[in-house]
Amino acid sequence: MLKVAYYPGCSGQGTSLEYDTSTRAVCKALDVELMDIPDWSCCGSSPAHTVNHVLSAALSARNLAQVEAMGMTKAATPCPSCLTNLRTASHKMDDPEFKDKVNALLDVPCKNSVDTQSVLQVLAENVDPELIKGKVVKPLTGIKIACYYGCIMNRPPEVMRFDHHENPMAMDNLMALLGAEVVPFPLKVECCGASYGIPRGDIVATLSGKLLDASRDVGADAIVTACPLCQMNLDLRQGQINDALRENFRIPVFYYTQLLGYALGIDRAELGFEKLCVDPRLALGRIKQPQQAM
Amino acid sequence: MQIFNLADADQGFIDEVEARSHQNVKNCYQCGNCTAGCPYTFVYDYSVSQIMRLVQTGQKDAILKCRSIWLCGSCQSCTTRCPNKIDVARVMDVCRHMAREEGYATERSVKIFADSFLESVERHGRAYELGLMASYMTRSGRVFTDVDLAPQVLMRGKLPFKPHPIQGREQVARIFERFRKGGKNA
Ligand code: SF4
Ligand code: SF4
Ligand code: SF4
Ligand code: SF4
Repeated sequence: MLKVAYYPGCSGQGTSLEYDTSTRAVCKALDVELMDIPDWSCCGSSPAHTVNHVLSAALSARNLAQVEAMGMTKAATPCPSCLTNLRTASHKMDDPEFKDKVNALLDVPCKNSVDTQSVLQVLAENVDPELIKGKVVKPLTGIKIACYYGCIMNRPPEVMRFDHHENPMAMDNLMALLGAEVVPFPLKVECCGASYGIPRGDIVATLSGKLLDASRDVGADAIVTACPLCQMNLDLRQGQINDALRENFRIPVFYYTQLLGYALGIDRAELGFEKLCVDPRLALGRIKQPQQAM
Repeated sequence: MQIFNLADADQGFIDEVEARSHQNVKNCYQCGNCTAGCPYTFVYDYSVSQIMRLVQTGQKDAILKCRSIWLCGSCQSCTTRCPNKIDVARVMDVCRHMAREEGYATERSVKIFADSFLESVERHGRAYELGLMASYMTRSGRVFTDVDLAPQVLMRGKLPFKPHPIQGREQVARIFERFRKGGKNA
């Protein structure tokens, strides 16, 4: 069984609870063991790197040192924002001078021996698609999905080293494997407005509005994402976006782990569909029941 | 159109941006690729390629005062698409660091939001969303612009009312303390 150290990220404890629970449930079902990093702390998210790169790296490196203390070299996180911070810290610490500055801020120095990946990458690269296919009990036949990766899961490619930086396919392939119809989505890696929802809501309305508009254009019943902030901007703020743009979008926005869990027949309680703001039944209702799907 | 006097070039500023970003800004030949892919141009006062040009020509004042460096979403499109492999997003970040250090806050709400976020991390070891919003409102003197979202968020149990402080929160607080002592040379 594959074991990885698990970094849930702060939003997994609050606004994206359902991403955390569904991630844990699908990993368990697919024999990937997520070992919680003891007493993990916040990676600093984007505010830290906009203040100082050494500070930002130190907030990440404290966690990487905790992984080292577990005797592990591979970590995984569901959140692309955490992923970027952890990977960027490692990347910059390849420079010994930078690493020394980081370690000067820490109680326990970081050796920089951990490779952090997204949970999506772990699943895409380590779980045999045939195994997943064999475990599908409720195929997603009948639903049209736009896969949205967000801006930083694959960029810049020198740091992120996963999938393609302009046209990533990992979620597309997974959703297709589960039986969904994946529609080509041109804005896969465009930015949703990041964490400007509070200080500059107008930015999120414009950028996330474009994403919703494009997904409607391509005829998607739902958007699937791997990022808590993207999900929140597109789902929780969909009403605000409608008000700002005089639109009437009603597009459910799922975490890919929720639909994967649905197809695998995982207990609904762990998937948290009721936490979504735009009624997910608008899209789940499109899925044909197995007997009809013949 | 604004006119900049190239004779005003502040060489020390150019050197500092280059040293702190580990990028050679002279390599920019103004192709405009970064601007073409930048989703934030619509709220910028200078486009990202203009920022690169202003850095190249040492226009310290214009850079440190500008709005764009506070609004960059760090989406990495510019860095990914620059034909000269300049880490443009890192240059944007470094300009914002320098503006902060010199006391600028041209896009005040963005700065306050970042400060509130980091204060929450320093205090609890993790970001505590409700506390962070309260602190943001106090500091910015703004009423909560997201009141309309409150029922949805609370009904769905998405925001814990209490922070989950971690055991190692002193370790995290010490990261911040040491950073402040070391200043920009941390
Ligand atoms: S990026 Fe967000 S979710 Fe990830 S640890 Fe930092 S604050 Fe928490
Ligand atoms: S698309 Fe938005 S939320 Fe997603 S990674 Fe980019 S900025 Fe973050
Ligand atoms: S893409 Fe690179 S070379 Fe082209 S203008 Fe931007 S920074 Fe300069
Ligand atoms: S990183 Fe900043 S400057 Fe570069 S494209 Fe994204 S928003 Fe624009």
